[in-house]
Amino acid sequence: MEQQRESAELGMWLFLITEIMFFGGMFCAYMVYRYMYPMAWEAGSEQMDFWFGTINTVVLICSSLTMALAVRSAQVGQRKALVILLIITMLFGCVFMGIKGVEYYGHWTEHQFPGPNFQFAGPDAQHVQIFFFLYWAMTGLHALHMLIGIIVVGFIAYWSWRGKYGADYYNPVENTGLYWHFVDMVWIYLYPLLYLISHKHAG
Amino acid sequence: MATAVVPTVERENYLNAQYGIKSWLLTTDHKRIALLYLLSVTFFFFIGGFFALLIRLELLTPAGDLVQADTYNKLFTMHGQVMIFFFLIPVVPAVLGNFLVPIMIGAKDLAFPRINLLSWYLYIVAGLLMMHCMLTGGIDTGWTFYTPFSTAYSNTKVVEAGLAIFIAGFSSIFTGLNFIVTIHRMRAPGMTWNRMPLFLWAMYATSIIQVLGTPVVAITIVLVALERLFHVGVFDPKLGGDPLLFQHLFWFYSHPAVYIMILPSMGVVTEIIACFSRKRIFGYQFVAFSSIAIAVLGFLVWAHHMFVAGISLYSALVFSFLSYFVAVPSAIKVFNWTATLYKGSISYTTPMLYAFGFIGLFTMGGLTGLFLAALGIDVHVTDTYFVVAHFHYIMVGGALMGYLGGMHFWWPKISGRMYPEWWGRLAALVVFLGFNLTFFPQFVLGYMGMPRRYWQYSPEFQILNVMSTAGSTVLAVGYLLPMIYFLWSMRYGKPAPDNPWNAAGLEWQTASPPPTFNFEETPVVTWEAYNYGEIDAKEVPVER
Amino acid sequence: MSAHIATKKLYVGIWAALMVLTVVTATVSRIDLGAASAAVALIIATTKALLVVLFFMGVKYVSQKMTIVVIVSGVFFLGILLVLSMADYGSRAFK
Repeated sequence: MEQQRESAELGMWLFLITEIMFFGGMFCAYMVYRYMYPMAWEAGSEQMDFWFGTINTVVLICSSLTMALAVRSAQVGQRKALVILLIITMLFGCVFMGIKGVEYYGHWTEHQFPGPNFQFAGPDAQHVQIFFFLYWAMTGLHALHMLIGIIVVGFIAYWSWRGKYGADYYNPVENTGLYWHFVDMVWIYLYPLLYLISHKHAG
Repeated sequence: MATAVVPTVERENYLNAQYGIKSWLLTTDHKRIALLYLLSVTFFFFIGGFFALLIRLELLTPAGDLVQADTYNKLFTMHGQVMIFFFLIPVVPAVLGNFLVPIMIGAKDLAFPRINLLSWYLYIVAGLLMMHCMLTGGIDTGWTFYTPFSTAYSNTKVVEAGLAIFIAGFSSIFTGLNFIVTIHRMRAPGMTWNRMPLFLWAMYATSIIQVLGTPVVAITIVLVALERLFHVGVFDPKLGGDPLLFQHLFWFYSHPAVYIMILPSMGVVTEIIACFSRKRIFGYQFVAFSSIAIAVLGFLVWAHHMFVAGISLYSALVFSFLSYFVAVPSAIKVFNWTATLYKGSISYTTPMLYAFGFIGLFTMGGLTGLFLAALGIDVHVTDTYFVVAHFHYIMVGGALMGYLGGMHFWWPKISGRMYPEWWGRLAALVVFLGFNLTFFPQFVLGYMGMPRRYWQYSPEFQILNVMSTAGSTVLAVGYLLPMIYFLWSMRYGKPAPDNPWNAAGLEWQTASPPPTFNFEETPVVTWEAYNYGEIDAKEVPVER
Repeated sequence: MSAHIATKKLYVGIWAALMVLTVVTATVSRIDLGAASAAVALIIATTKALLVVLFFMGVKYVSQKMTIVVIVSGVFFLGILLVLSMADYGSRAFK
């Protein structure tokens, strides 16, 4: 069983580094263009809502705490705590998605979605459009991963409630935790890179 | 006490353990999954080969008279995409690797058997999507789908093809992930890293590349799809985007991808050379680490595909310099194979003929890669048939011949039957001759200046093109022969003993074909790899 | 089970550290540090990421060394992508 647990752990980490490389390609694009168009990046970042971004960061960190505590509950066989903590983690995730949705709606109505309707009053509008493309693509991919995470945590919470996991077997809980923390980590980088570039913030 | 009476009731093995289509489509037995892959990759090999034949037919004459220019663009694009993503990348890992990795380490199956089956289903879904794409218009961007043509100007089904490759990429990632965990966690007692057959080191190195590189091409495809769907994106020059960024991201995977294609075949060649020289591999540690070195160094050289695309001269110098380094571990392997052959007791069986062919042709392909790594020469021959010849020497003369050698070597184990040896040798010779006739003229053509991807050419290039097309028909015959006699052997071939080659390795210590769980009891390994000296002196029993 | 079980106190402590670092990075970003602000932000982000990896994901107490090798190689190869790509862009202006 130990061999199975170690195999599952190694397999999960290998999967996570594929995710690092997957997001990494977009970080590469971000880095290249920030280097080429620093002013446009500042201008774009000033359009981000500082408070939404900061609150979302706090929300995700709290969700990581509850997720870590949930895994710990599984390790010590506390079924009720496990279920409750997983549900709270899901709720935090939903709050994140909600705030993101509000943000996206705001950007959409401000014509900050790249495409024929994109409008930006200021110099370098074309380069700012690239910034926004990366903003939508990177946060969109992150949000997709969050959504998948919320659904998976939901399933794990259900099976935890049914008593499937305990101190002798909790691989799926642990691996879900690893996934959740990874998604949190991506946001830890997205936050300063997208929201904190300029020292003049909106909001 | 019965003597040598062949039992009339067939012993249970993985092939006859369960019957019915559901037992195959829902199997988690790595050996059955390997056969599922064998059927599917062979199917795609035919598709890719079909496109190749059409290309060669068009190039018989200088004028563009068989197909229209746009159609020709689709032919070489789809030839490349099918051959690379649906044949070369999966073939040795998913067929030979899936079959052999657990048995070679003494395990019952891979670490994650259900993910293995998922890998195959992802491959099939990707393949069906690709077929649909090809049947409803195809794509014409070149297999490299460079921007801005692929994002803004091509009228073909770029997103659909991209999605197919995206899904196939995850099939590849999961296979690699499975092998890494299996090799780390499931080796039999006594099977230390340094006792593993070198095929496993090669598979391990390949898996590293699959896991680390494939996600980058996946995100690149996503970005291309987004740009195509929303008509704006990061590669669009009208916005200040850089098409070269696409090339950086694309080649970051696609260069290491060529090592995914060659490393497993190198592993196969190592096994064959040791067995048919009756010697341990010279320099085991060097060969093992050279596989890892190729995997790592292979990630450092990608922009040598972009020398004339517009990267800075300084970074071109850096990538050219690094590209010379990556040749070194491959050369180390060739030296070690040669040293193994020296004073060995050589037998010229079919697998050995393919291995010899591999060494010669891979060396030529690899050395011409160094020509291309030299900036000055590259400016002259880039985007010509020189490049086409270079990569076909490696991928066809190298990877594919290694695969064929491996299929012959392990056919008795996989099927329980012997293939007809003289037909095997004949086919190997036909393949070798056909291959050289097809691709050697292309080196000359490229050097003389014939551009690649053109559907018409200057008349002075015709005679070499005719030679190349003639060679391709010979090559096609050479490929058909094994397909025919392998099928024939399943019914009429001589039943194979457990170890027809008297080879070292745990796979030969179990029945041909193996039982579903590979071994009657978990083996305990107390001997070094390639202990041919002991085997031939009959100091260790090799057949039950 | 040989896995290490962390205390609730440890997790809450890490959470508190992450909160503090978030406040720090948000506050510091309002100060005009010029070229250094990107570096500072990334250093803080990396510190937060390390806290998550080491403690929330348990890497500090992990039983297999291989896990560390896997993580480091993932980060290393991402680094290669970023560094060598920038080698091109960064040197295009050179004469």
